[in-house]
Amino acid sequence: MEWRRLAVIAFVIVIIFGTVVLVGYSQTPALVIITSMLATTIAVATPLTLGALCGLYCERAGVVNIGIEGTMLGAAFFGWLGSIYMNTVFHFPQLPSLIVGVIVAILAGGLFALLHAVLSITFKVDQIIGGTVINILASGITGFLNRQMFFGSNSVFHGQIPNSPGVLPTIHVPFLADIPVLGKIFSQQPIAISAILLVIITQIVIFHTRWGLRTRAVGEHPRAADTVGINVIRMRYFNVIIGGFLAGLAGAYFTLESISSFQPDMTDGRGFIALAAMIFGNWTPFGAWSAALVFGAAQALQINLQFFRELIPPQLAFLQNSYVVGLAPYLLTMLILTGLIGKTIPPAADGKPYEK
Amino acid sequence: MAETDIVLEAKNITKQFPGVLANDQVNFDLRKGEIHALLGENGAGRTTLMNILYGLHKPDSGEVFVDGKPIVIHSPKDSIGAGIGMVHQHFMLIPVFSVAENIMLGDETTHLGILDINAVSQRVHELSHQYGLDVDPSALVGQLSVGTQQRVEIVKTLYRNAHIVILDEPTGVLTPQEADDLFRIMRQLTGRGVSIIFITHKLKEVLAVADRITTMRAGRVVGTVQPNETNEAKLASMMVGREVILTVHKEEAKPKEEVLRVEDLHVLDDRDLEVVNGVSFNVHAGEILGIAGVQGNGQTQLAEALTGLRPSKSGKFIMGGKDLSGKPPRPIIETGLAHIPEDRQRHGLVLSYTVADNMVLCNYYLPPFARGMVLQQDKVDENARKLIKDFDVRTPSPYVPVSKLSGGNQQKVIVARELSRNVKLVIASQPTRGLDVGSIEYIHKEIVIMRDRGVGVLLISAELDEIMSLSDRIAVMYRGKIVATVQAKEANREQLGLWMAGAHVETT
Repeated sequence: MEWRRLAVIAFVIVIIFGTVVLVGYSQTPALVIITSMLATTIAVATPLTLGALCGLYCERAGVVNIGIEGTMLGAAFFGWLGSIYMNTVFHFPQLPSLIVGVIVAILAGGLFALLHAVLSITFKVDQIIGGTVINILASGITGFLNRQMFFGSNSVFHGQIPNSPGVLPTIHVPFLADIPVLGKIFSQQPIAISAILLVIITQIVIFHTRWGLRTRAVGEHPRAADTVGINVIRMRYFNVIIGGFLAGLAGAYFTLESISSFQPDMTDGRGFIALAAMIFGNWTPFGAWSAALVFGAAQALQINLQFFRELIPPQLAFLQNSYVVGLAPYLLTMLILTGLIGKTIPPAADGKPYEK
Repeated sequence: MAETDIVLEAKNITKQFPGVLANDQVNFDLRKGEIHALLGENGAGRTTLMNILYGLHKPDSGEVFVDGKPIVIHSPKDSIGAGIGMVHQHFMLIPVFSVAENIMLGDETTHLGILDINAVSQRVHELSHQYGLDVDPSALVGQLSVGTQQRVEIVKTLYRNAHIVILDEPTGVLTPQEADDLFRIMRQLTGRGVSIIFITHKLKEVLAVADRITTMRAGRVVGTVQPNETNEAKLASMMVGREVILTVHKEEAKPKEEVLRVEDLHVLDDRDLEVVNGVSFNVHAGEILGIAGVQGNGQTQLAEALTGLRPSKSGKFIMGGKDLSGKPPRPIIETGLAHIPEDRQRHGLVLSYTVADNMVLCNYYLPPFARGMVLQQDKVDENARKLIKDFDVRTPSPYVPVSKLSGGNQQKVIVARELSRNVKLVIASQPTRGLDVGSIEYIHKEIVIMRDRGVGVLLISAELDEIMSLSDRIAVMYRGKIVATVQAKEANREQLGLWMAGAHVETT
C-alpha cells in the first residue's frame, strides 16, 4: 500500500485517539485510554474486516457483491437462532451451543452467497440488483421470522424470549495478554482473533497460491483464464461462496460475540462500510484491514467517549451528543470514498458476467 | 510424405452458428515440422476451425486426430493435454501479472501449496534460451511491447510442451521488422520439431514463410497449394472467388492549396497521458497523405482531436482559414470535413437506426432533410435510395437497421454518407479494417476518386501495404510524433518499417 493511504489512516487514527485522550487524561492515564481504545477498535472492526474480506474474494474473482450487508444480517439471525435452539430446545451447554451457532451463521452466509452467485454468474443478472435483492431479502426474512418466533402468544416461543446462551468467551493470547496495561489489546474474543488470522491467510491465498492466481486471473481477464483450461464459472462460484462464509462469520459477531440478542437490521450499514474498506484498501487484505481499523476507531470513539461524558469541555460540547459521534464512521466512509484515497484500481473484469 | 508424419488432422468438421455455416465439411492436416498457412478473409471460417481444434467451440460433426489417434476435445484443457497451443489474435495475457505468472497460469508449480515462481522463472529462462525468445520472467506484461507480449504467448505454449502451435493473425500488430523476427522464431521452432498453423490474410507473408498453403472461403476449404506453384494474384482469387485487382491504379497527384494545417498539436488519452506529442503537418487539396505507424502510437487520438471528438491540450489545426482546435464536431464538419472513423460501429453508425437515418447523421438538421424542427422523411428516403444505388450498398431496403448489414456494407453506408457531401478534407482511419477484399477494392477506389476531385485526404492506417499503395506522401508516426515524412515514390518498405519501430531518422 502506498504511503499516501497509510498516512491518511495514521492521521485519522491519531485524531480519533487524541480526542479521547484530550477529554479523559485528567481522570485516566493516557496509556490506559489508548490501550482501551485499541482493544475496542480491534473488536468492533471485526465485522468490517470479515465483510471486506468477503468482498475481496468476490471482486478478485470478478463478481461485485453489495449484498454483504444482507448476508451478515441473515447470518446473524440464523446463527443466533441456531444457538438458542441448541441451548433451550436440545439442552446443549452454553459453549457448544454457541459454536453450533457460529457454524450455522457461516453456512447461512454461504447460502446467501450461493443465491448471489446463481443470480449474477449463471443468470447474469445485473450484480448490483442481485446484491440489492439479498439485502432486501435478508432484512425482510429476518424481521419476519423474528416476529413469528418470539413475539405474541401465537409465536413459536409463545412470546417468551428464551434464555440465550450468552456470548463467546474472551481468549487471552498466551504471554502477550499478560503484559501489564498493553495486555488488554491481546484479550479478545474468538471471532475477532480469527478475523486477523483470516487477513493473513487471505493475503497468502490470494497472492501466493494456485487458487489465488487463478482467482485473480478470472477477475482480470476471464477469457485468458478460459484459454488455459481454467473453469471460470466454477472459480467464480467458489470464491463468492467463500466470501459468503466470511460474511457469515461476520454475522455471528453481532449476535454471538458482541451481544447476545438479535434486533431487526442490526448490521446498520456495516456491510457497506466493509465494502468501502475493501475499496480503500485497494482490493488487498492488509489494506482492507487497516481501513477497517479506521472505521473501527471511529466506532470506538463513540463507545469510549461515554465513560468521560462529564469531562467533555464546553468547547467540544457537540461530542456529548451521541448521535453526532455515532455519525463518525459513516461520515468517514463518505469522506474517504470521495477523494481522500486517490486512485484505486479494481480488477479489470469486476462486475462483468463472463460470456463464452 | 508418409502418413505417420501427420501430427494433426481434422476430418469433415462442420459447425453451424445461427444463420451461418461457419465450417462445412472442412478437412485439414498438419505435418511434423512444417508451417501450414491457413489463408482466408474474415468470416471464411479459419478462426472457427482453430477454436474447434483448441476446444473453445464444439463441432456439430467431424473428428480430430493427433498423432493418428482420435481425440475428443471438450475444453482447452483437452487440447493443451494433446500438445496443442494457440497464440490468439487478441493476446490472452493479463496485464497486471508478471510474465512468469502469465506463463504458469493454469499449469502452476507449487511447493507446499505456495507458488514456486523461481522454478517457473528458471524454466522460462531455459525455454527462451533454447528457442531464441528473449523474455524476462519478472517483467509486468502490461509494460511490454506488443512484439514481446507475443513472444510471451509463444513461450506460454512451449511451457505446456505444445508440439503443435496455432498462430492466429500474428503479424497484424507488428512492424515489418518485428514480423521478420517472428518468422525467424517460427523457423527455429519448426527446426526443433514443432509444427505451426499460421492463420493470416496477408498474401506476401504466406508466400514468404509457409511450406503449404490452404485457403478457406465461406466455410469451405478451397484448396491446398505449395508456395512455389502459386503467386499473390492466384491466392487472392482463391480467397475471394473471383479475379481481384491487387494494385490501386491512380494518376499522378496534382496537389493544390492547403486544406488542413496542423501545428504543434498535443493530445491526451483517456488516462491523461500525452499520446500526441507535438505533431505538425499539412494536407493539400488533391493529395493523399498517409500516416503510417504501429497501432497505439497516437494515431487514434490524433484523428479524434482533428474531428472534434477529443479535446487537444495545446497547438492548433487550421481548416478553411480558421483554427478549429477545441471546437465540437459540428462546426468542424460544417467547414467541409468527412470522417471515416476507425471504429465504425461505435463512432460511425447508430447501429439500431435504419440505413436511411444513418445516411443523414451529419446533416439531418439542414434543409432539405429538415424544415424547421420537422424531419422531412421523404427527402431522407430519397437521399438513401440514391446513395444505396450510387455506392452499391447491399441492403434489403433503406429501412432495415444498419446492424443487420455485413461489415463491408456498413462501411459503405459511412463512405456514402461522408463522401457524398460537399467536402474539402477526408479523414479516413483504418478505412478497410476487417473488410473483405471486394469492399477493400471499392473503398480504395472511392478514396482515389475523391482525391482526383480535388479533395484532400488524410489516411491513417496500420496496414503498411494500404498506406504505400494509396498515399502520395507518407508520414510515419511513432510514440506520438511524426518521425519522418517522405514522398510515396521515394519510400521503401524497410525504411518505413524502421521508422515505425522508432529507429532514428537518417538524413540521406
